[in-house]
Amino acid sequence: MALPAKVFTLSRNGQRMFGTSLRLSSTGKDIVSVPKGYVYVNNKELSMEMNEITDRAATTMFLGELFRGFAVTLAHIFKEPATINYPFEKGPLSPRFRGEHALRRYPSGEERCIACKLCEAICPAQAITIEAATRADGSRRTTRYDIDMTKCIYCGFCQEACPVDAIVEGPNFEFSTETHEELLYNKEKLLCNGDKWESEIASNLQADHLYR
Amino acid sequence: MEFILSLVGSLILVICVLVSVAFLTLLERKVLGYIQIRKGPNKVGLMGIPQPFCDAIKLFTKEQTYPLLSNYISYYFSPIFSLFISLIAWLCIPLFIKLFSFNLGILFFLCCTSLGVYTVMIAGWSSNSNYALLGGLRAVAQTISYEVSMALILLSFVFLIGSYNILDFYYYQSYIWFLIFLFPISLVWFCICLAETNRTPFDFAEGESELVSGFNIEYSSGGFALIFMAEYASILFMSMLFSVIFLGCDLFSLMFYLKLTFISFVFIWVRGTLPRFRYDKLMYLAWKSFLPFSLNYLLFFIGFKLFIISYMWLINFSKVNSNFYFYLMFSKHMLIQAHWLVN
Repeated sequence: MALPAKVFTLSRNGQRMFGTSLRLSSTGKDIVSVPKGYVYVNNKELSMEMNEITDRAATTMFLGELFRGFAVTLAHIFKEPATINYPFEKGPLSPRFRGEHALRRYPSGEERCIACKLCEAICPAQAITIEAATRADGSRRTTRYDIDMTKCIYCGFCQEACPVDAIVEGPNFEFSTETHEELLYNKEKLLCNGDKWESEIASNLQADHLYR
Repeated sequence: MEFILSLVGSLILVICVLVSVAFLTLLERKVLGYIQIRKGPNKVGLMGIPQPFCDAIKLFTKEQTYPLLSNYISYYFSPIFSLFISLIAWLCIPLFIKLFSFNLGILFFLCCTSLGVYTVMIAGWSSNSNYALLGGLRAVAQTISYEVSMALILLSFVFLIGSYNILDFYYYQSYIWFLIFLFPISLVWFCICLAETNRTPFDFAEGESELVSGFNIEYSSGGFALIFMAEYASILFMSMLFSVIFLGCDLFSLMFYLKLTFISFVFIWVRGTLPRFRYDKLMYLAWKSFLPFSLNYLLFFIGFKLFIISYMWLINFSKVNSNFYFYLMFSKHMLIQAHWLVN
């Protein structure tokens, strides 16, 4: 009874058959014998046992797979949604998250940046512009520290380069504006950011200091 | 007075249909959201319930652009006509109150769906865009193919209930729903409804990956909103028709509207579950599966009716001689009809 099907599969897989011995037992799933270490990926031969045939026919006739799919989606309706209610609740952030830039200060209130211009040099997008001058007390400070946030690619090289941890990328990512000009940050804005986010920035640096 | 009453009645009907269309879009977004383990729109008002009205306001206040080389008049009017046609199809809903109750409601419905094809075709053609044209062609080919089997199935029901009046579905289903003893045909009918309304898995009119958005790609703001509303109105109408034909048709009770809502939910459920079909398979399904199926059922129903009539004739033959000619004529008439249909 199973012979015509066998012949059909033989003819279909004729090319693969040469040189390999055919497994002719009716329970065998692979059409050809597979060498050790190989996986047979073509269509497996379907079993021609009567109960298997009736099983397959029942699955087809009663649209088994279709209705199982519908059951799955129906079950998903009653699952808890994975949605985070964004403006009201926010997802977790890594301490290494690279968000909006900030210029930090020492606890004394003195700004950290010493105008070494390493960040300006390393910035791959050339978003940072620094001008430096000597202050009245003889220390070297920036007179100008601009970051074009629309050029910035948020790679974090500036904070890697900074020897005094002055420029950092903080955890804030909600600083969208309505105009381009508002995204051209100057030193004042960056220092203001630093004052605003200092506690978060400090705790993030603390959480990550072992790996730096 | 009659005229004014029916005018007011149909106006109320149209407004109710438009409101239900609005909330159907919300239902769709919510159900699809929860199927994909996320929430739907839930920010506007209480749980996002006014969302469809916000969408409508947004869509209609947007700028209406139109392609420079489009055929402007037909481009502009085809969405209007498509909404008009899907709303006017609702007039054949067989209510008992002061509305138009047709004797030929089924024919009216067939006319409306067939006309709906033209608006899609004209919208796609007059946009003068490759994608819109291709999307329109696909939608037209698909809709026409499935309309054949749809008409045949409806015709077999016409034979079964012996009338074109939709209200007769109610009288013939007072003891048992057609869904129960015609379950296979109801499945096929549902598939045809999906294909007719261009819904997933048969939404080839808008294959995003190859046609961007199908025949409505050049439409923005009001025109887009009208096309959208027409689509959803026809979905609602199809679910109404499903519950009329298969689920008892008890139009005066609340259960009917719950059934209608359930069927529209199934439309959305199907969209959330099944991936898109392949186009050649779609055509094969229409011409090689559904057409023979519906033809067979048509012949079966004709034979069924003939059997009943001849049986009645045999019973009556001995008793009442005066009725003999009547039954003979009637069965002959049926035979002629059947012959005409088969050929």
